[in-house]
Amino acid sequence: MKVSLSWLQEYVPLPDGVAPLAEKLTMVGLEVDTIEDRFGYLDTVKVARVEAVSPHPNADKLKCCTVSTGEHRAEVVCGAPNVAAGQLVPLALPGTVLPDGREIRSATIRGVASYGMICSRAELELSGDHSGIWVLPDALPLGVSVAQALDLSDHVLDIDLTPNRPDCLSIIGVAREIAAFSDQALTMPDTGIEEKGEAIQERTSVTIEDPDLCPRYAARLIEDVTVGSSPDWLQERLRSVGQRPINNIVDITNFVMLEMGQPLHAFDFDRLAGQRIVVRRARPGEAFVSLDQKERRLDADMLMICDGEKPVAIGGVMGGLNSEVEPATRNILLESACFNPVSIRKTAKKLGLHTEASHRFERGVDPDGTLAALDRAARLIAELGQGRLVTGAIDAHPGKTPMRSISLDIAATNRLLGTNLDGSEISRLLAAIGIETEAVAGDPDRISVTPPSFRVDLTQPEDIMEEVARTWGYDRIPTRLPRIAADRAGLTPLRRTKLRLGQLMNGQGFTETVNYSFIRADAADVLLLAEDDPRRRSVKILNPISEDQAVMRTTLIPGLLETLGRNLAHQVKNLRYFELGKVFTDRGADEQPHEEEMLAGLWSGDRAAAAWHAKPVPCDFYDIKGAVESLLKALRIEGVAYQTPAAGTAPYLRAGAAAAVVAADGTPLGVLGALAPEVAAGFDLKQSVFIFELAVSRLHAIIPDTITARPIPVYPSIARDITLIVPRALAAEAVCRHIRNSGEALVEDVRIFDVFEGVPIPDAKKSLSVRVTYRSPEATLEDDAVNTIHQRLSAQLLEAFQAQLPT
Amino acid sequence: MKQEIQQIQAEAQADLATAQNEKDIEAVAVRYLGRKGALTGFLRNIAKLPPEERAAAGKQANAAKQSLETAVRKAREELERRAPEKTAAIDISLPGRPAIPGHTHPISQIMQEICSILERMGFSVAEGPEVETDYYNFEALNVPKYHPARDMQDTFYISENIVLRTQTSPMQIRAMENQTPPVAVIAPGKVFRCDSDLTHTPMFHQVEGLLVDENISFADLKGTLTAFVHAMFDRETALRFRPSFFPFTEPSAEVDILCVMCRGKGCRVCGQSGWLEILGSGMVHPNVFRSVGYDTQRFTGFAFGMGVERIAMLKYGIDDIRKFFNNDMRFLGQF
Repeated sequence: MKVSLSWLQEYVPLPDGVAPLAEKLTMVGLEVDTIEDRFGYLDTVKVARVEAVSPHPNADKLKCCTVSTGEHRAEVVCGAPNVAAGQLVPLALPGTVLPDGREIRSATIRGVASYGMICSRAELELSGDHSGIWVLPDALPLGVSVAQALDLSDHVLDIDLTPNRPDCLSIIGVAREIAAFSDQALTMPDTGIEEKGEAIQERTSVTIEDPDLCPRYAARLIEDVTVGSSPDWLQERLRSVGQRPINNIVDITNFVMLEMGQPLHAFDFDRLAGQRIVVRRARPGEAFVSLDQKERRLDADMLMICDGEKPVAIGGVMGGLNSEVEPATRNILLESACFNPVSIRKTAKKLGLHTEASHRFERGVDPDGTLAALDRAARLIAELGQGRLVTGAIDAHPGKTPMRSISLDIAATNRLLGTNLDGSEISRLLAAIGIETEAVAGDPDRISVTPPSFRVDLTQPEDIMEEVARTWGYDRIPTRLPRIAADRAGLTPLRRTKLRLGQLMNGQGFTETVNYSFIRADAADVLLLAEDDPRRRSVKILNPISEDQAVMRTTLIPGLLETLGRNLAHQVKNLRYFELGKVFTDRGADEQPHEEEMLAGLWSGDRAAAAWHAKPVPCDFYDIKGAVESLLKALRIEGVAYQTPAAGTAPYLRAGAAAAVVAADGTPLGVLGALAPEVAAGFDLKQSVFIFELAVSRLHAIIPDTITARPIPVYPSIARDITLIVPRALAAEAVCRHIRNSGEALVEDVRIFDVFEGVPIPDAKKSLSVRVTYRSPEATLEDDAVNTIHQRLSAQLLEAFQAQLPT
Repeated sequence: MKQEIQQIQAEAQADLATAQNEKDIEAVAVRYLGRKGALTGFLRNIAKLPPEERAAAGKQANAAKQSLETAVRKAREELERRAPEKTAAIDISLPGRPAIPGHTHPISQIMQEICSILERMGFSVAEGPEVETDYYNFEALNVPKYHPARDMQDTFYISENIVLRTQTSPMQIRAMENQTPPVAVIAPGKVFRCDSDLTHTPMFHQVEGLLVDENISFADLKGTLTAFVHAMFDRETALRFRPSFFPFTEPSAEVDILCVMCRGKGCRVCGQSGWLEILGSGMVHPNVFRSVGYDTQRFTGFAFGMGVERIAMLKYGIDDIRKFFNNDMRFLGQF
C-alpha cells in the first residue's frame, strides 16, 4: 500500500520529518518498507534557457537548440514544434531516468550531437500534456532542478500491510492511525452533495438475488457527464501512488477507493439492458469478457453484477467490457457495494484475477462506509465530469451487520500482556483508535467494547487485547523470564544420532552439504532405476519453480551428484562430502508421503591433495567402504556384512564395484560403491565417483545404547601369518570368516594384510596373506601350542578353498 | 692372574675409546669378547688353573666380561645418539602431514547454536514431517481456506490437501496434540516456499518455539526472546518488539534487533534503519488452542519462529542466501 505524504496531509497534520513518521508507523504495526522521494528523478532535470534554435541539417522535423543552464551551454536536438529561442525549459541531463524508465544519454541524432533532452510535462509525468515541450514560467532561476524551482516535494511510503488491517488499505485509514498516535484530529473529505431532478428509484433498480454473497449494494446515477482526462491534481494523486490515470470517471472511482478504501465501479448506464442491476450467481458455463479484454469462463459460485439480461461485471473483482465507460458515455451508474470476502477470494483465485478491488473485498471493507464513498465519488463525477446527479441513492442492504460488542476481562488482559492496567486506562487507550468502551453493570472486572465499523478484524477479546498492547506500546510491557520445568528438555534420541553422524562424517574429512529436497523430474531415469523401483514413487510438486526442482527426492544421490558437477566446474576436483536429510516416498493421492532420514556420502578425485610428502592417489572403492566401516565402528555397530547387491537395488552403481550394507540381523542399511559410468555421464561428470547411502533410522535402531567395559587382556598375544594362493574370484572375507568360524577358541583377530595378483602368481589366481592373532585369557601362550593350532587352521584353509601355499 | 685380567680390560677400554664407528666397536667386541677374543680365551683357560685359583679367577674374569659388554653397549648407544640423522637439523618450515577435517554446514552450525541456547532454557526439541497436510500447516493454525493470510506465503502444493510445509509452525499443533501443558518445545527444520531470488530460496530453515502453561504472558515472551538474542549475539544487542500479524498469534510481534553491523547507525545491511528483523512471535491465538482442545481460560502461551539463514547471513556476513545451497566447497570450507 503506497501513500504519499502530500495526500495524507489532506486529512491529518503530519509530524516533522518523513523518517520519524515512517518509524512511528512501523512501530504501530504498519511496517514501512521503503520511503521514495517522489520527485527524485527531477534532480538532474535543470531549468535551462533556449538561447538559439536552428534547423537540423538532416531532418525537417528536428531542431538544434543551444541551451544554457547559466554555468554550462549545450547543444540539444529537439523535435517539439513549440521550442523557441528565449524560452525557459526543463533540460534532462544525461543520466536522468525518466518515470517511464527511459534513461537520457548523450547521443548523436541524425548526425548532430545532443547533450540531454528538453522535456514535455508528460515526459516528466507532471501532467498528461504531450503537445510539446514544457515552457517554464520566466521567473525561475537557471541551473536549479525543476523540482526545486517549482517547489515540488513529496515522499511516498510503501507500507507492507498485514492482512488483518484492511482498514488501512486507504489513505484515510493510514491518516487515522497517524491521528491516533500523534493525538491529532482527522479531517474527513466533504461528501455533501447537490442532487437534481427525479428520484433515482424512478430510473433504475437494484435486485440482490444472493444476499449471502452481497450484503449491500448501493448506487447513484449521474447524467450528462463529459468523459475526458482528469485535472492535473487528480492525475498527480493517482500517479503518486503508482496508478495510471485513464479518464476522469475511472480516475475518480480509483481515487475514492484509494482515499476511503471502498472499491467502486462506474457503468455506462445506457449500455445496461433494462437499465437496472441484478446481483446474482453466474450460470454455469456462462462466458464473460472482463475489462482486460479476456474471456472468462464462469461458474455458479461466482457472483455477477448483471443488467436486465446478462452479466456486466464480476462482482467485487472486475467490470465488464460490455458496460465500460467510454469517451462517448453520457450517463453513469455508480456502484458502491459490500461482498462476501470468501466468495470474492474464491472467484479471484479461480479466475487468476487479483485486483485492487478484490484485494480489499477479500480482507473486508467497512460495511458502514458504503454510502460515504458513493457520495464522495458521485459528487466528484458531477463536478469534474460536469454532470448532473440524480436525486437520491439506492441502498439495497439485506445483510445488515449488527453492532458487535465484545466483553473484555480486565484481569485476563493484564494476565496475557503481563501488564497492570486498570479499566479506565484501557478505555482511554482504546478510545484513541476509535474503539468505544462502556462499563458493564455489576461487573467492575469487565468492560464492554465496541469497535468501529471499519475494524472488521476485531471480533474476539484477544483482538482487543492486542489493540491495548499496541496502543500502550510493546516497549512498555515488562520483560521477564518464565519458569520452564527442566524435566522434559533436551534432544530426541534420533536427533542426537543425527548430530553424531554429522560429527563422525566431519571427523572422516567429509564436509556437510545441504541440497534442495526437490530434484529434477527425470532423476529416476538418469539413475537407471527399474520400473518397479520404490524410488520411482516420487512426490510431484503441482507448482514447481522449475523442471529441475519438480519432484521430492527419493534418494540423496542426485543432489550429491549435482553438487559434484558444480564444484568440478569450478576446478575443485578432490571432494569428500555428505548430506543428512529426508527422502520422500509417495503413499498415494492426498496422503502424506513416507519420510525417511538418509545419510549419503560422496568421494571423488584424489584421496589427499598432492604434497611434498605424498603423491596424489585417486580414491577408490575401498575409500568409500572404509568410510562406512569406520562410521559403523565409531557407532559400535558390529557384524555388518558387505554383499553383492540384489539385482536392481543399486542400478546406479557399477556392477562388480557395489556393495549392499547389511546389518547383523539381515536388515539392509544401504549401499555403497562406484558410480556407474552411464549415470556419471547422465550428470555430466567426467571423473570417478564413489558414493554411499544409508538409512538413518535403521542405523539408529542398531546403535548399542550402552557400553559395558570389558577387561583389558592380561596375557600377550601371538600372531601367525599364512599366505594362500586362491582363485582370483574368491572373496577374501570368506577366508577370514572360515577362520573366525573354525571353533578355535584362541583366535582373537583375523585380518588380510596383503593381496597380490600377477607374476609369479598363476593366471586367475591371487595370493592372500592373512594374519591370525591368538590369545588366551588365562595364560601366556606357548609357541608350540600356537603353531599346532595355526598348522591345523592352515590345513583346513588349503582344503576348504582349494588353495596352495606359495612356492 | 689378576694383573693379566686388568691389563686386558684396560687395553679393551683404550681400544673402545678410539673407536670411531660401528665397525671399530664391532672389532673391539670381536677382539675381546668374540669366540677367539682375549677375554673369551682367558675364560676358557680357567679350567686349566689350579682348583684353588679357579673360583676367584672366574669371578674376576666374568666381572671383566660384563663390564666390557656394558662398555660396548654404551659406546654403541652413544654412537647412535650422535648419528647424523639424529642430530641434523630438518626443514621445520615444510608443512606437516595434515588430517583433513570436514566442515559442518553453516546452517547446521547456526541451527545447532540456536537449539542449544533454547535447550539450556528448558525447551525440548521436536521434529516433524516436511510434507504436511493443509490442516496442520494452515487450518489448525487459524488460517482457514480462502483466508487472505494464505497470501503471506507462497505455497508448494502436492495435492489440494498436501503441501510442503511453509513454516515450522505445524509442529506447534503436533506438539500440543501429543502432550498436556506445560509445553516447552522447539522445532527446527526445513521449510519451503515458492519463491526464488537474491534473498529467497525455495527451501530454507526455521526454528519454531512454543511455550504453553498457566500464566504465560507477553512479558515472558519478551524476556525469553531477549535472553535468546543476548546469547545468540551479545548483551549489547538491543531488541525492538513491534506490532505485526500472524494468524496463529495475538498479540503478534515482529522482533527487530539493533543492526549487528552498524549498531544502529544505519548501513547497507539494515537498509539504513539501524534495525534488523529476525523473529516473528506472539501469544498463541485462542483459535489455535481450540483446535488442539486446550482450555483457553486456563492456559496461555507464546510462540516464535526465526529464519536460520537470516541469522547465519548476519553472523557470517553472507550476502546471498543461495550460497547455502550451492554447496561450493570454496564456501563451505570457510566454516
